[in-house]
Amino acid sequence: MTNETLLTLSGLTKQFPGVLANDNVSFEIKKGEIHALLGENGAGKSTLVKIIYGVNKPDAGTMLLNGIPFSPTKPSEARAQGIGMVFQHFSLFEALTVAENIELGISPELAKNGLRERIIDMSKQYGLELDPDRLIGSLSVGVRQRVEIVRCLLQDPQLIIMDEPTSVLTPQEVDVLFQTLQRLRNEGRSILYISHKLEEIRALCEHATILRGGKVVATCTPAEESAKSLAEMMIGSSLTLPQRETNTPGDVRLSVEHLSLKNEDPFGADLQDINFEVKSGEIFGIAGVAGNGQNKLMEALIGERFCDGASKIQLDGKEITRSGPNDRRKLGMCFIPEERLGHGAVPDMSLWENTIVTARERRQLSNKGFINIGAAHEFAEQVVNDFDVRTAGIEHAARSLSGGNLQKFIVGRELLQSPAVLIASQPTWGVDAGAASSIHQMLLKIAREGTAILLISQDLDELFAISDRIAVIANGKLSKPENVKDLTIEKIGLDMGGQSQESEIHAEA
Amino acid sequence: MDLFVNILLGISIAATPLVFAAIGELVVEKSGVLNLGVEGMMIIGAISGFAVTIETGSFILGILASIVAGALMAFLFGVLTQSLLANQVATGLALTMFGLGLAALIGQDYSGKSTGDFPKLDIPFISDLPIVGPLIFGQDYLLYLSIILVVAVIWFFNKTRAGLIIRAIGENHDAAHTIGYPVVLYRYYALLFGGACAGLGGAYLSLVQTPIWVENMTAGRGWIALALVVFAAWRPGRALLGAYLFGGITILQLHSQGFGINIEPQILAMLPYLATIVVLVLISRDKTKVRLNAPASLAKSFYAST
Repeated sequence: MTNETLLTLSGLTKQFPGVLANDNVSFEIKKGEIHALLGENGAGKSTLVKIIYGVNKPDAGTMLLNGIPFSPTKPSEARAQGIGMVFQHFSLFEALTVAENIELGISPELAKNGLRERIIDMSKQYGLELDPDRLIGSLSVGVRQRVEIVRCLLQDPQLIIMDEPTSVLTPQEVDVLFQTLQRLRNEGRSILYISHKLEEIRALCEHATILRGGKVVATCTPAEESAKSLAEMMIGSSLTLPQRETNTPGDVRLSVEHLSLKNEDPFGADLQDINFEVKSGEIFGIAGVAGNGQNKLMEALIGERFCDGASKIQLDGKEITRSGPNDRRKLGMCFIPEERLGHGAVPDMSLWENTIVTARERRQLSNKGFINIGAAHEFAEQVVNDFDVRTAGIEHAARSLSGGNLQKFIVGRELLQSPAVLIASQPTWGVDAGAASSIHQMLLKIAREGTAILLISQDLDELFAISDRIAVIANGKLSKPENVKDLTIEKIGLDMGGQSQESEIHAEA
Repeated sequence: MDLFVNILLGISIAATPLVFAAIGELVVEKSGVLNLGVEGMMIIGAISGFAVTIETGSFILGILASIVAGALMAFLFGVLTQSLLANQVATGLALTMFGLGLAALIGQDYSGKSTGDFPKLDIPFISDLPIVGPLIFGQDYLLYLSIILVVAVIWFFNKTRAGLIIRAIGENHDAAHTIGYPVVLYRYYALLFGGACAGLGGAYLSLVQTPIWVENMTAGRGWIALALVVFAAWRPGRALLGAYLFGGITILQLHSQGFGINIEPQILAMLPYLATIVVLVLISRDKTKVRLNAPASLAKSFYAST
């Protein structure tokens, strides 16, 4: 690492309607360093990198790149001056090939001659094997990230911005990524590394800038801090970790046998012969990288789609394989889908109207086809009070709530129906650490009271913190469930990679 | 033999307006926009081309007028759906109704007039050869243009960067925006091209196929063109093939009486439309194929939130 400064940000401010996303943000990135940008969801990290990458224009403030004023008005200008970006939700096109995707992300001059050969050279040079003719849709998430990285490297960037690069990877893929990043740093490139995974940042980054509420609240050397102190700087208060008591599971409440379901998306995974059961008082976790059949499993369990052939789903010993969502709810199954707006709640309806959507039967919010408005109001108030939902009132539309608050509302709405079985998919995705911790507490509490909980999540920390048993879904198949105390992150990671993915890497090599 | 040549000539003349309209709409849909106003743009193209040809006596000016008129209709659609974010389905339906009404209004003074025959390719000797002469070397100029257009669109999508960008925008407009492409601008370009093609298809009806003006003379061809795009699974070559298939069914229906086949004429007249429905159902069964070729952002409004 040299002491020369690559990029200086001073006084960057960006106002969006209703939020001050960046407030007078200043820091510098040195040449040849991995610089962490830490902060909770909504702290302004994404806005800031979009300013550097030329997607957003700051309202005030300046940037200097190598001492020269730098104000890109569009991404192609930023790319031309040596800024590359690897996006969190990849900016890739599923129905196009790897080569076409790369061509789209670089300047026309670079794309002209022998692009295919250069893609192959570059991917060999960095050990990031790629087949230029494969469709993106047929690649695993880890390989898609390679495509983005190779696309970035083809432009010989001085600064590479990486937005939450590990949130979609298996632990083994994370190790490979870290080696690549260290190699890039040794070549003298700088990396702006955005994450909220603190251990990663302690292991990898030389400096860290911490954002909270759009402001820089601290700069530090992560190796000298503990994960706890970093977390507290990030959320601005002390953090309570979920407390778990060992409990003995009771009777089987949910049992799934031979569940198979064909995926209508040719790039998605088919569910193949999935078997598991969840007992009373137990939290059963399903780990896995996104796109391995979690969505289909959720649809099959909710009853949005009926399963194929020999599939059998039982709730408290009663067969519900061919029951629709409302019948399942009546029998005591409650759901927290991954997508809050549009699946978990109707965005434009008020909070009290949103209670009727799922709690109509179990909380008697309707009578002979007429809505009992009084009861719905009362129930909505109860959810808001009991679960500490910060809102101006239950008349407000669901979309007006922040992600964390809406999620607390949805979780509360389901838990207050005293479910026999609760199915939750990514319940703390995109939720701030405080709200995530309270959602975890709620799940543990209701499990103690006898509910069987199925927790589908990509966040291994979450699964290890609250589950009793964990299985891994990879390519639509479920691995054998194991007790959490018998499991290690490495073991889970290998299952997450799945057999098929290994053979795919061999095929390419 | 003469009957055979006549049938083939009939098919190509019936197919050409569909080729124009379908190839235009195909480009529009590849960019992720669904413009259901093809029928309206066609009829406006038909009356504009016809009226300007009558007033000026020039086919070239007439054709140009139909192109401009179709593109103007598409521009209107673009302002409503791309800039003002109106619902594409509703706006497209409104565009068709507006086009049919406006064309009838303009056309009032032109009923019963005729423009005369549209010029055809005439190469000495070669165009007089039996069979291949009239079929390949003796057709009207617009028919050749329609074929060239299809080849050009295939080349555009497969070999040019702009074509790749349009496909990318239709596949995932958010990703295209993030890496820095002006989604709305490209969609305007595609819409204008689609409108111009539909206008041209309309002009082919009123200047070449039956060189007189009749109200509602597009008679649902805009809708068939829309169906053809799906039938073709958004591939230009198959759209051309499809247009000739539908042209074939139309002509078959006219000639079947001549062959003494005794079927109610109403049923025969239904044939092209029935075939459209059957084909659409068959195509939609194969979800995998639809997903690989259909633009994933089709008919979704794009709004850059940041």
